[in-house]
Amino acid sequence: MPKRVLLGLLLACGLTASALAQEPKTGGVINAVIQPEPPGLMLAMVQNGPVQMVAGNIFEGLLRYSPKLEPQPELAESWSVSEDAKTYTFKLRKGVTWHDGKPFTAADVLFSVEMLKQTHARARNNLAQVDKIEAPDDYTVVFTLKQPFGPFLGIFEVGSMPMVPKHLYEGTDWKTNPYNNAPVGTGPFMFKEWQKGSFIRLVKNPNYYEKGKPYIDEIYWQIIPDAAARSVAYETGKVDVLPGGSVENFDVPRLSKLKDTCVTGAGWEFFSPLAWLWLNNRQGPLADKRVRQAIMYAIDRDFAKDVIWNGLGKVATGPSASSIKYYTADVPKYPYDPAKAKALLKEAGYKGEKIRLLPLAYGETWQRWGEAVKQNLQDVGMNIETIATDVAGGNQKIGDWDYDIAFTYLYQYGDPALGVGRNYVSSAIAKGQVFNNVEGYSNPEIDKLFADGAVATSDSKREEIYEKAQKILVEDVPVAWMLELQFPTIMRCKVKNLITTGIGVNDGFKDAWLDK
Amino acid sequence: MKQFWKSMLKSPSGVIGLVILLLAIGVAVFGPMLFPNSPWRMVQRPFLPPFTLSTVPLGTDALGRDVFAGMIFGARVSLLVGLVSTLVALVVGVPIGAMAGYFGGKVDDALMRFTEFFQTIPSFALAIVLVAILQPSIYSIVASIAVVSWPPVARLVRGEVLSLRTREYVQAAVVTGQSNAWIILREILPNALSPVIVLASLMVATAILLESSLSFLGLGDPNLISWGYMVGAGRTVIRQAWWITVFPGIAILISVLGLNLIGEGLNDALNPRLSREGR
Repeated sequence: MPKRVLLGLLLACGLTASALAQEPKTGGVINAVIQPEPPGLMLAMVQNGPVQMVAGNIFEGLLRYSPKLEPQPELAESWSVSEDAKTYTFKLRKGVTWHDGKPFTAADVLFSVEMLKQTHARARNNLAQVDKIEAPDDYTVVFTLKQPFGPFLGIFEVGSMPMVPKHLYEGTDWKTNPYNNAPVGTGPFMFKEWQKGSFIRLVKNPNYYEKGKPYIDEIYWQIIPDAAARSVAYETGKVDVLPGGSVENFDVPRLSKLKDTCVTGAGWEFFSPLAWLWLNNRQGPLADKRVRQAIMYAIDRDFAKDVIWNGLGKVATGPSASSIKYYTADVPKYPYDPAKAKALLKEAGYKGEKIRLLPLAYGETWQRWGEAVKQNLQDVGMNIETIATDVAGGNQKIGDWDYDIAFTYLYQYGDPALGVGRNYVSSAIAKGQVFNNVEGYSNPEIDKLFADGAVATSDSKREEIYEKAQKILVEDVPVAWMLELQFPTIMRCKVKNLITTGIGVNDGFKDAWLDK
Repeated sequence: MKQFWKSMLKSPSGVIGLVILLLAIGVAVFGPMLFPNSPWRMVQRPFLPPFTLSTVPLGTDALGRDVFAGMIFGARVSLLVGLVSTLVALVVGVPIGAMAGYFGGKVDDALMRFTEFFQTIPSFALAIVLVAILQPSIYSIVASIAVVSWPPVARLVRGEVLSLRTREYVQAAVVTGQSNAWIILREILPNALSPVIVLASLMVATAILLESSLSFLGLGDPNLISWGYMVGAGRTVIRQAWWITVFPGIAILISVLGLNLIGEGLNDALNPRLSREGR
């Protein structure tokens, strides 16, 4: 590698470090925590958070997104939209190869889209408006839509639409394909080995199409099941990067104060995780709007933010996180007001019927939050019974609609048509799923607004529609919005440029480098 | 009976144990009356160190809940689980052991194989599995502790009954045509009871530890506060706030120690050979 030799020579010549400060350095190994251990790495088949975080460096999408959610080139180097907003033409980057050396072409894009429609629920939804996909030549892909779809350019991120190698998957049984265990992508890092329960090792892709990148030689994703042990691993220097959510919140201030430690809340703009309580609108006291509003007044969300989340995040005002397009704060407000909650409960004729609360089994923070919410609700006279369960058991109960109140947090994916509408429109009610419209809220007016909003072409029109939808939803309280979550990434300051996009660590190692 | 109390009160460990147990029971029964508020209520700022405010003498936990109130209410759960699950284990274990020892032969074989089936499974692992399957609640916890703790009772009772079975007064009862049930209940069991009582006192201690361990692992009843839950919930913040784990930990330590001391005292008092030596 001539570049590395040159760099070494420069260093040997005694050039001051400051002269090189902005110039990325090549080499080094980064240890990062991955929590929990992903169930697999084949991003087209499984898309849990940890899968996206690791596999986002192995696979790539056509686009990536800036922190302001503007599309940026990745496998597509340019794109254009027709006048009627129904035809999207992508020019693919030339000279891209899969990790096994085969070239990446438009045929792979066509195959990936077909495969993802079957294996990736969210991609299937995102692609619902696509009429046909064609490849006029090896480096051009044309998507033709049935009708204009405002957020269409927002669906090409690696976790939403990863590109899959056609030559390894076509004609095979996808579920049992051996490459699921040793995934082959086009990304800056190649899968090397996975010691279950211990670590996942990725190594640099020497033939990466962006010359000089990636800068890091190897990434070890360390698997450490216990939250306290993860904090200790950072303190002892075993790991350098703690991605958002990998340590308990009360450890964040302590770890942030450590020497040579940098903390950032950036890198979640695309996801904007929003936490809320599913309220089962179908049955019992919660079928009454006034009881649901009482729940909003009864819960001290500032307390949750300041105490349980250590001041991280923001109290949610409604169905959209404030970083999402067309967000409005001009909606009915629900401050902490137990007296008003009691009055509403009385008005609704609530008589102490038992209400089951399902906390989220994601660790201490969520357990404590469940306890605090239960106490808040009991204080206004609600009869709450906490149901203890693990993640799978909780998902089962939520999917079967066998709950009254249940904690959750979901990603918003940058646009109300992608991440918000799905939770409130009646067409998204289906048994067995743990996201989309789990609460059973059904309002024809809301259905119409979200349907119109998705296909409206002008920004001002969409803004008007979504603002109206937000106002109606906040008045109706189909679910109880809690907090816009913030998952700070904690890392050693010598790790540079890890978070440069709106999806953060998930595709961040492409640009990251180590300042030794 | 008088004799029993006399020798019980003579053994210092027995006295200490009794005092501790009575104190714990007193706290469990009357404590909640002094603290009308739920121990889950957030009363002060979180992580308040102990001995800074008289209203929350032992400080507050991660959510600002009173650690002292938690310990008072926790005593109730811990003792209740300990006593009830031991009682259930006795109700299951004593009849099985008595029947196995009294009837012998095939009945003995069958019952003992059944007992061994439970004994071969590590008891804590079995308890975890049972609670996880049944969903954590006070009932499933009591049931699973009882399920893992009855086999030693059955073995012990069987051994006692086996030796008593050959005594002349038992044979006399058989000859006079008494029914089997009568013989077991009136002639044999009363004489086999002392080691069972000693064992039971130790079982209560073990049950308290088991409940604490289950709660520590997050398998406690989510609607009831217990010492094990407090230790488990405070574990992750032990470096910022030691008091959340240490005080309930001490409570567990003392009550288990007290029950063990009682067991020792009972052993001294009920074992005729030992108490004779003592005199």
